Amino acid sequence: MLIKNDDASLTKEVTDPQVFKARRKIIQAAIALGATASVSAAANEKKAYQHVPIGPYSKKLQVTDYEDAINYTNFYEFSTNKKDSTVLAQALKISPWQVLIEGEVDKPGLYDFEDILKKVNLEERIYRFRCVEAWSMVVPWIGFPLHQLIKQVQPTSRAKFVEFTTVLQPDVMPGLRYSSLKWPYTEGLRMDEAMHPLTLMATGMYDEKLPKQNGAPLRLVVPWKYGFKSIKSIIKIRFLENMPSTAWNTSAPGEYGFYANVNPAVPHPRWSQARERVLGASIFTPKRKTEKFNGYGEQVAALYSGMNLKKYY
Amino acid sequence: MAMYKYQWGVIKSVVFMLCLLPFGILVNDLINDRLGANPIESMHVTLGEWALRFLCLTLSLSPCKQIFGLTWLNKFRRMLGLYSFFYALMHFMVYIVLDISLDWMVFVEEINDGPYILFGVVTFLILLPLAITSLTAMQKLLGKNWKKLHSLVYLAAITALLHYFLLVKTEFGKPLFYAAIILLLLGFRLVRRALKKNKIKSVYSKRTSNREKLV
Ligand code: HEM
Repeated sequence: MLIKNDDASLTKEVTDPQVFKARRKIIQAAIALGATASVSAAANEKKAYQHVPIGPYSKKLQVTDYEDAINYTNFYEFSTNKKDSTVLAQALKISPWQVLIEGEVDKPGLYDFEDILKKVNLEERIYRFRCVEAWSMVVPWIGFPLHQLIKQVQPTSRAKFVEFTTVLQPDVMPGLRYSSLKWPYTEGLRMDEAMHPLTLMATGMYDEKLPKQNGAPLRLVVPWKYGFKSIKSIIKIRFLENMPSTAWNTSAPGEYGFYANVNPAVPHPRWSQARERVLGASIFTPKRKTEKFNGYGEQVAALYSGMNLKKYY
Repeated sequence: MAMYKYQWGVIKSVVFMLCLLPFGILVNDLINDRLGANPIESMHVTLGEWALRFLCLTLSLSPCKQIFGLTWLNKFRRMLGLYSFFYALMHFMVYIVLDISLDWMVFVEEINDGPYILFGVVTFLILLPLAITSLTAMQKLLGKNWKKLHSLVYLAAITALLHYFLLVKTEFGKPLFYAAIILLLLGFRLVRRALKKNKIKSVYSKRTSNREKLV
């Protein structure tokens, strides 16, 4: 597979004042809501991932404002409202954090988040993120390719699929009371998708650790698929012989497929996917034309050769 | 209620300003960049919901008048109805001018790709003639047909609900809330109409039987 890397000398596009300003705003919001101590402590920290190098698969795209990326998030465990979930997610408990790895692997077990990080190489990847709700943003993720983790745990030859599960913390997740989705949230990938070099496990963004509303401390990022595939706050990774059921697919099988590859030619049954609203753009900026595989077709189209993408949406 | 005309004028102006307030707040938030990462969506949600709220308010005036005997409510019917249209018009404008940037190809594409935009447009197209014919002169011109025409507002309420239900992902709480209100109001109207018909019938049959007696 040939993967173009036309911007090795890419400079980091996020300026310090921007990030600082954005942080101050969310801190103010959090203080207003009573979540004081932990957040203001975080403000004095140095940027956790300041020195992480830019990886080869990063795209040269104009990055979305930090403030927009952290205040416009779907996290249904907290609320279906994007603003509410941002605020409520501050209560998520992320340390200690462990990830259970099980199923068709030679090295199953409960892994400490810190131990996972010791054995992988972090890099920055600027990716476009396209939500099924027809909006997109560009995020400089910090993370490691999922295959680095998969190789360590050694899947058996029977492992054809990977299932991911989001943490359940009922005491801080008011959204769980509503059966908007089947809890816990689960997602899945085919093994070749999971092993693909573009598939990232993110631990940070914008040189910072992942904000809680964006899926701290560990989330998946699959840039050629709709955002709901990029599951947040992962506590379990299971290797399977058969295709796992996934949260959105279970809730509305006719609307959200297992594959969920970004495709402007296949509309959602109730709305168009041909274009996307770019977060942070001026109100006079027209919508952007959505690209097949979200612009990553050159790298991933081969995974689906011969497949009817209208049928396997 | 005995009140002078100018007093009603004052009250009406106050109500008028109150109804305009959500629009003012929205414009203010827009100018001050407080609509978040996706301001067009924020505008859609606010304007669409207020159009629906005013539609519900307008529909509730007659039942309130009939149940509680508040005949003065009639004075606000046109204003509230027109406010529903106003918010729908602004909602439509945001869509046409900002969301799809006056690109008719996109309009066709979006209507083709999903039904909810179509139901919005249908709702708007129903409200449009109602708004135009709300002028007193038109009312006189249309005579009896005016009432018939304006009962289309119930159809608009139903297509607006379809529009709403078809655009949400899982959060059906709000559209269900408005559906309950609209069904209640529609039900009230239907029951009342049925009762009225029965009354007329029974009056009629009484009369005929009286006549028969005379003969
Ligand atoms: C003129 C044609 C119309 C178009 C093109 C249209 C389009 C839209 C769009 C694009 C959205 C936003 C979807 C989203 O991003 O979440 C929306 C939401 C909405 N619209 Fe319309 N609409 C129209 C007419 C109407 C009318 C006439 C009403 C009511 C009387 C209405 C009520 C609503 C409501 C209640 C919402 C959802 C608000 C929410 O999410 O809470 N729309 N509409």
